Amino acid sequence: MIRRIGKRTLQFAERPFLLSHAAAVGKKEGDGPLGAQFDFVTEDDRMGQKSWELAESELQKTAIDLAVKKAGLQKSDLDVILAGDLLNQCIGSFLASVGSDVPYLGQYGACSTMAQGLALGGCLVEGGAARRLLAAASSHFCSAERQYRFPLAYGGQRTPTAQWTATAAGAAVLSAADPRGGSSGIRVTHALFGRMVEMGVKDANNMGAAMAPAAYDTLSTLLSDLGAQPADFDCIVTGDLGHVGADILLTLLREDKIDLSPVYSDCGSLLFGDEQDAHAGGSGCGCSAAVLCGPLLRDMEGGRLRRLVFAGTGAMMSPTSVQQGQPIAGICHAVVIERSGA
Amino acid sequence: MKLDKQKYQQMLEQKSPNSPLWKDCLKAFLFGGAICTVGEGVSNFWQSRGLETADAAAATAITMVFLGALLTCLHLYEKLAKHAGAGTIVPITGFANAIVSPAMEFKSEGLVLGVGAKLFVIAGPVLVYGISASVLYGLALLLMGGGGAG
Repeated sequence: MIRRIGKRTLQFAERPFLLSHAAAVGKKEGDGPLGAQFDFVTEDDRMGQKSWELAESELQKTAIDLAVKKAGLQKSDLDVILAGDLLNQCIGSFLASVGSDVPYLGQYGACSTMAQGLALGGCLVEGGAARRLLAAASSHFCSAERQYRFPLAYGGQRTPTAQWTATAAGAAVLSAADPRGGSSGIRVTHALFGRMVEMGVKDANNMGAAMAPAAYDTLSTLLSDLGAQPADFDCIVTGDLGHVGADILLTLLREDKIDLSPVYSDCGSLLFGDEQDAHAGGSGCGCSAAVLCGPLLRDMEGGRLRRLVFAGTGAMMSPTSVQQGQPIAGICHAVVIERSGA
Repeated sequence: MKLDKQKYQQMLEQKSPNSPLWKDCLKAFLFGGAICTVGEGVSNFWQSRGLETADAAAATAITMVFLGALLTCLHLYEKLAKHAGAGTIVPITGFANAIVSPAMEFKSEGLVLGVGAKLFVIAGPVLVYGISASVLYGLALLLMGGGGAG
């Protein structure tokens, strides 16, 4: 049963199991500091496909297949797939699952898509609408560049606040019961659907700044709804504010006398090393999806993390809305994930 | 805390690092200057092969456009441009890059709706306003009684 607590937090009484997770990434991401902790690193960002869009869907499909396999399931065991990406009409995701024969719900939350899928998936499993489902998200640098910015071979310069769209995909299986028995494992305990917060940011090269106020809104609401302190969690991670947005978020919370810094990380800041020329850090649906479904959930399995807040942040914009002078709103969905038992 | 848009904009300016303007300008000057020096060398070469100054200028433009296109195809132009900025955009090699890069990128959508339709997606505004300006300039020159061979 889902219970609303405080202002907007949803509490899952049955705490759906996060049965398995998998992350597939591109070469640059594989060369980064987290490289060894992804399930699959491609040498060829084109994934042997004839277009970048197909390459992205292949990457997402790889993550989905791995997650299903790690759960010891077949795709036909899934009651629904919730998947999303950055491409127009979410073609990366539907192409990845078109042959799966599983009911499909396309998601769009920009870089918050993975968190949105997990939060919604938690509700569907908790409410009995699905026994097992899969949430996935992906992005690809090359398919995003051609849609949002310039051709790859065009000689342009990036600003220091610009983020680098990750070539990455993550997938996780949620289940009402753990077929392996027992009640221990990684479970989703709470979710919070964020509201759009728009603070007048119009610079598409500074999305961290556009998203930070939404992360502030969601995280402060979550903490207050739960009556919790940052120290009650092992890790509170946003995805993906980048260096600039992360700094702004910490400053905003500090004004409320909340010090997030001891437990705080950002997927965009974690994914690339300083020498990788990613400017303000990684972004894209796949960035937070892969960092969660790779390193973070591995840390939970290994017992290094026991209680995690995963707060996906998205910038609500399109090239058209930016060209028409519309401001960029931020959104942030959060899920609380816990490791119970031994 | 209630977020205030004006206050947030102030904070944003403080927290968002600006592009290093002087460094970018200096690099643009050096790279752009280097490209122009190469162009000068090419022009001298064509003149030494017996072309008149005007013909040598046309041959130089053709050569530089070719070099820009070649470096774009080899994915070297964008690596250069990352440092050079305006230094690689302003010379004619940058124009070649602006045409060739969409041609490469949108090949996957086909020759008509991909390459054909998107070829001028970056250079289009330059052509539209460049040609418009030249028409205005020509009209002004005509009305003011100037003219002659241009």
